[in-house]
Amino acid sequence: MRVYAYLVAVFVLLVGAFGIVRSRNLVHAVVCLSIAQSGTYVMLLAVGYQSRATPPVFGSPATKPSKSTVEPLVQAMTLTDIVVSATVTALLLAVAVQVHKRHGTVDPNELAALRG
Amino acid sequence: MTRSARIAMFLVAGGCVAALLVLGVLDLPHFGSAVHPYRDASLAAAVAHKTSNVISSINFDLRALDTLGEETILLASVIGVTVLLRPADDEEEHRPVGEGRLLDSTRMVGYLFLPITVMIGLLTVAHGAVTPGGGFQGGVVVGTGIHLLYVAGSYRALERARPVGAAELGEAVGAGAFACMGIAGALAAGSFLGDVLPLGAFGDLFSSGSVLLLSVAVGVEVASAVVVLLAQFLHQAVEVTGDGKESA
Repeated sequence: MRVYAYLVAVFVLLVGAFGIVRSRNLVHAVVCLSIAQSGTYVMLLAVGYQSRATPPVFGSPATKPSKSTVEPLVQAMTLTDIVVSATVTALLLAVAVQVHKRHGTVDPNELAALRG
Repeated sequence: MTRSARIAMFLVAGGCVAALLVLGVLDLPHFGSAVHPYRDASLAAAVAHKTSNVISSINFDLRALDTLGEETILLASVIGVTVLLRPADDEEEHRPVGEGRLLDSTRMVGYLFLPITVMIGLLTVAHGAVTPGGGFQGGVVVGTGIHLLYVAGSYRALERARPVGAAELGEAVGAGAFACMGIAGALAAGSFLGDVLPLGAFGDLFSSGSVLLLSVAVGVEVASAVVVLLAQFLHQAVEVTGDGKESA
């Protein structure tokens, strides 16, 4: 149990990378990249988890701040991570649309030659 | 490189990476352990700044400069997508023909949830400093909520109601407001993005100094970014055709 969550993160990262390698479609590759990046969310949240702790939000009206919460720093970094992932996905999908316009295909295996 | 060679190469390299990562995580502090030095430091800082959502306190107070960078990444990405997806010379735009058939129940649920979703999004932005949520989360809810019009109604209805011009403006205003808050903090409090507002009482809606305003600035920017991005992609999907090629 003590490293199980970390191993899940490693697994998700590698499965995403494997998906990119055997991809036959650029959109599929972009989705696989998102999956690989999801591994980092799992890793960050797992690092910050504490058994029987409360969330680091004290609400309105405020409950008394307790010392025993899960790590808020990694949660904030996960939020940053998700935003970066969304921007990268949007840009890559736009590139995929352009590739389809210029080359008539979205299969990375058929995109052998560089063309201006 | 052939496909099978590439996969074989990945299996070797991926195996090495997997071994390294597993060796690495074996030495991490145990999952669920109680030792979190950053938690202790950021909790104390959040309580001192009267911010009851510690995550917002980190994003918009302790690491506010990083959030400014993050917001700039988002702005750059929206500009990049807009540039990449502008119609080329050899493409024609055409009005979409036919609206398709839609179940009445889908239409009803869509129109019912449109105001509710947008309202929840606005609430999430406004209470970002107090309860779970904040500018990023609420902005996404508002931005995508508007697109329920596309699901429930039609592309035309979305086109009429969707404020793309305002969103392009909001994109710039959100990013600019964040930077201006930073400069105001530098002038008033002596540090970039320093608190310029009274801190208020712990847990109140108007507490936590600048966190609320920064959260709203980010909310405006993110909602605008979602509207502009989806407008670009929907425009490609529905309205643009190339010369002789299938539309992208």
